[in-house]
Amino acid sequence: MAHLEIDHVSKSFPGPDGRGEVCVFRDVAFSIARGEFVTMIGHSGCGKSTLLNIIAGLERASAGGIVLEGREIRGAGMDRMVVFQNFSLMPWMTVAENIRLAVRAAHPAWSRRQVADDVARYVAMVGLTGAESKRPAALSGGMRQRVGLARAFSTQPKVLLLDEPFAQIDALTRGVIQDELVRMWEASRNTVFMVTHDVDEAILLSDRIALMTRGPEARLAEIIEVKIPRPRTRAELIDDPEYLRLRTHVLKFLVDDGRPADGDELALSTGRQPVLARGSDITGGRPL
Amino acid sequence: MRQDRLRVALYALLVGAVLLGLWQALVTGAPKGKGLPGPVAVARTAAEMLSHPFYDNGPNDKGIGLQLLASLGRLAIGYLTASVVAIVAGVVLGLSPFLYRAVNPYIQVLKPISPLAWMPLFLYTIKDSSTAAVLVIFMSSLWPTLANTAFGVATIKRDYLNVAAILQLSWPRRLLQVVLPAAAPAIVAGLRISIGSAWVAIVAAEMLIGGTGVGYFVWNEWNNLALTSVIFAILAIGLIGVLLDAGLGRLSRRLAWSE
Repeated sequence: MAHLEIDHVSKSFPGPDGRGEVCVFRDVAFSIARGEFVTMIGHSGCGKSTLLNIIAGLERASAGGIVLEGREIRGAGMDRMVVFQNFSLMPWMTVAENIRLAVRAAHPAWSRRQVADDVARYVAMVGLTGAESKRPAALSGGMRQRVGLARAFSTQPKVLLLDEPFAQIDALTRGVIQDELVRMWEASRNTVFMVTHDVDEAILLSDRIALMTRGPEARLAEIIEVKIPRPRTRAELIDDPEYLRLRTHVLKFLVDDGRPADGDELALSTGRQPVLARGSDITGGRPL
Repeated sequence: MRQDRLRVALYALLVGAVLLGLWQALVTGAPKGKGLPGPVAVARTAAEMLSHPFYDNGPNDKGIGLQLLASLGRLAIGYLTASVVAIVAGVVLGLSPFLYRAVNPYIQVLKPISPLAWMPLFLYTIKDSSTAAVLVIFMSSLWPTLANTAFGVATIKRDYLNVAAILQLSWPRRLLQVVLPAAAPAIVAGLRISIGSAWVAIVAAEMLIGGTGVGYFVWNEWNNLALTSVIFAILAIGLIGVLLDAGLGRLSRRLAWSE
C-alpha cells in the first residue's frame, strides 16, 4: 500500500513581469511504499526541489495534493522532516542545541534528562561527540550536514525529505556521509524521498529513481527500479553490470534533453530521441 | 598584537596630551576672571566634586553623583519602556509584511522629529515635568530600535522559519528560539543607537524642566558662572555615554552569530 502518494501535482508560478503563469511541472503522480527510498533526478529548473517543498508542506501545489497514510497533508508537520541542501541549521545555536530543538519538539512530554540523553545519542550516531558545543559556523560542510541528518532522524519522522543533501559537501566527505545516511536509514527504515542531480548517488541509495523531463512544464518521464541488492558499497557498485546499465540509462535520459521514453523503459537505449525545440518557450521569443 | 596595542595606547596618550596642551595654550594669558578655565582649574573642581559626589544641600546644590543618578534613573525608565514597546512593535511589523509597508511611512515621518519637540505637548497633557522628561527619553529611544527590529525580523532567512514550521514550534518558542535570536544582532544595533540618542536628549530635556539631573546641573552651574563645573559635567556626560555604549557593545558581541 502506498505510504506517501503524490497525487497529480502541478505547480505554476506567476510569470515574469506579473503576466501569465509559468508552469514548472505538470501532473506528477507516483507513490512511495512504507520504508522505500525513492530519488527524483532531473535538470535544474525541473521543479524537483519545489515538489519536495510541497511534500514538506512548505509550498502549496497549484493542482493535486499529497496524501500521507491515506490523509491529505495540510502545511508542514513533524511527520515529514527535511534535510536541506544548505543545512539550515540555526547559526546562533550549538550543535547540541540544534538537535535539542528538534528532540524537544518531537517529544514535548520528555524530561530534560531524557531529551539530553537522546541528543547525545544522535550526536554520537553522526560522530560529532566532542563538537556538541560548537556553532555551525565553526564546522565544515560535511559536519554541518551530519547535524542536519541527526536533527532530521531525531524526530523519527514518517517521511524523510532530502533536498540535494550532499550537493554542498566536498566529494571525499560526500561518500562517508552517504554511508552514514544509509546506516541510519537502515536502522530506522523511514520512507525517504530524495532530490538530486547526482546519478551515482541516486543509484547507490535508492530503491527506485524517478526521472523528470526538463522544465518548464516538466513531467515525470519514468520511474526505474534499482534491482541491486543491499547493502551496496561504492566499490562493488563500480563493477556491477546492473549499475552500469542503470547509469547509462539515466545519463542518456538526462543528455537527451529529458525526453520521456515511449513504451518500456529500455526504449531509450534504442536510439536518440528527437530533441524538442523548447528554446522559444523558455526565452519567450517568437519566430517571425 | 601586543605591540600594536601598545602603539595605539601611545598614540592615544599623545593625542590627549596635545588636546590638553591646546586647551591650556588657549586659556593662558587671559586676564583673571575672564576667558575659559584651564585644565588645571577643571581638574581641581573635579577632584573637589568627586570627593563628595552625593551631598545634598537642597534643590539647587546637590553633588554631581546625585545628579547623574537622577539622569540615569530617567534614562532607565524611559529607555527600557521604549525598548520593550519598540521590540514588540518591531516584531509584529517584521512578521507582517503588509502591515510593515503600511506603517513604515508614518515611522519615517515620526523618526526625524527631535524628541524635544514633543516636550510642550507632554507638559500640557501630563502636567508633570519629570514624567515629560521621561517621555522625551521614550520618544528619543523608540524609533531606532523599532526600525531595526522590524527590519531584522523581516529579513530573517526563510530557512530558519521553515525549520520552525516543520518542527511545529509553538508561537512563544518560535519567538524566543528562532525569531528573536535571528534578529538579535539587528535589534541590539538599534538598542545601541537608541541609548546614544536618549543620553543626548536627556541633557537638553533636563535643561528645560529643571529640578534634578545632569542637564539641569549644567544649566544651573552656567547661571552661577561656575564654568569649571560646566566643563567637568560635560566630560562626565561623555564618559557615562561611553560606558552605556560599551555595555550594549558587550551585549551585541554576546548575541552575534555568523553563518
